Amino acid sequence: MTNYPISIRPFGEHAILVEWPNKVDEDILLDILQFSSHLKMECLDSNEWELVSAYNSLTLIQRKRRINFEPFIKQLAIWYSKREGAHQKDKYLWKLPVCYDLDFAIDLEKVAKELAVSVEKIIELHTSHIYTVFGIGFLPGFMYLGGLPESLEASRRAEPRPKVAKGAVGLAGKQTGIYPQESPGGWNIIGNCSVPIFDAKRDEPCLVNVGDKIQFYSISRAEYKLHKIEGEVGIYQFEKIKLDA
Amino acid sequence: MLKVLKSGFYTTLQDEGRFGYRDKGVPVSGVMDVSTVRKANRLLENEDDASVLEITMTGPTLQFEQDTFIVLGGAEMSATLNNQPIYNYRVYKVSAGDILSYGRLTEGFRGYLALKDGFKSDNILGSQSQYFPITTSGSLKDGDELEYLEVSSFDPKISELKIDPQLGETGLEVSKGPEYGLLDNDHLEDIFFKEFSVAKEYNRMGYQFEEKIKGYKTSMITSATLPGTVQITPSGTLIVLMKDGQTTGGYPRILQLSDKAISILAQKKFGDKVTFKLI
Repeated sequence: MTNYPISIRPFGEHAILVEWPNKVDEDILLDILQFSSHLKMECLDSNEWELVSAYNSLTLIQRKRRINFEPFIKQLAIWYSKREGAHQKDKYLWKLPVCYDLDFAIDLEKVAKELAVSVEKIIELHTSHIYTVFGIGFLPGFMYLGGLPESLEASRRAEPRPKVAKGAVGLAGKQTGIYPQESPGGWNIIGNCSVPIFDAKRDEPCLVNVGDKIQFYSISRAEYKLHKIEGEVGIYQFEKIKLDA
Repeated sequence: MLKVLKSGFYTTLQDEGRFGYRDKGVPVSGVMDVSTVRKANRLLENEDDASVLEITMTGPTLQFEQDTFIVLGGAEMSATLNNQPIYNYRVYKVSAGDILSYGRLTEGFRGYLALKDGFKSDNILGSQSQYFPITTSGSLKDGDELEYLEVSSFDPKISELKIDPQLGETGLEVSKGPEYGLLDNDHLEDIFFKEFSVAKEYNRMGYQFEEKIKGYKTSMITSATLPGTVQITPSGTLIVLMKDGQTTGGYPRILQLSDKAISILAQKKFGDKVTFKLI
């Protein structure tokens, strides 16, 4: 197990920011998740603390009380040294259906032109890679996915759209992802995923956790409609594969 | 029930917020001006997280269908109960059929209506706070009804507080944000020796300021943000994230407002001036 040089510093009156080296790296992400699990299981009361991990950082937020930083930072460094072996949540590979029909994929032809490949090739590339969830934020249930192949790096739209549809699958720079709700957005839209990854009506509103993996597969319009209805009535069955720890 | 006859400009049900889901991208929400709501709830001897109405700029018209006790707080909005003026931070008894309405906003921006034991709406992900699409609606609409328990007798230990001096305050206490170190002397001079006026872009998600400072371009890796986080954009606009603000962001987090400063800023509107002071 690598011991990374982490920095621990106050972030306002109620939060502490722990940072790992400044890069997007799967080993760093795994170390953060290990530490986060250890803190949740052994060290911090979950009624009082929220932990938000994203790429190379872990932010600990205390609900109400002010943090006494000096002793707490020392304590955190000790806890970091004892993270090994902490029990972690199971990680999953989620197979998510995407309809790349041009009615949804309003920028797919433009992206194909920019990357000088066929529309079919874009779909093939987008569905053949496995992406890692490095963070969840921006909007409820929005996943920051890493692992996009270079051959799919397309430039962001010059002007963001005021409205991007719920479920829109976007592509921009080194990123791909799904808009979990209607929102403004500047990414190229290459498809739509109609299954409810996030649903506030469930006890666990967001099925996917940071550290999980995502793979897309291409579906027809008919299957898309079916999954959409299944999602709305709450009977859609997600396809997930447990990953080895 | 409390009947919403007219909803006003933007009236929402809020408690202290939705905790435990920020790692799934769900903002904490909750009342913007926590210190005002604490006072109002404590006068009613409520729990701190009893839900209240947050009333923005132009108030609603509301009818009580059961007896209860209420306290108003925050912005001065010329409220009347059955056409008789009522005042902030005083406990009033209201009876079934009474009508609470609001007039001109004279100071501040967000008023609060607290009632004995709070509203009894459904908790969604542990909170009654309205935030679309976690709750089905982001604000109250004409004709909505909110449940509360009838209370016919209550003998408050304290029935009135002196007027809130916080509304007039303009100094925002800040601590150094995680990326404070990126700022140079020009930035620091601009931030700490100039006034900032609230721009047109201000709401429960965030506040922007008219005055730009030198921009900061950097490719920062996305990381957590909090209510009160001050971000600087590449073009030099300062954005303060508020209660419905996004949980992660990619702009440098240069400052962090104190809890008190968030409450002070929550009462500011377009054109109001503030200064930052480092603590």
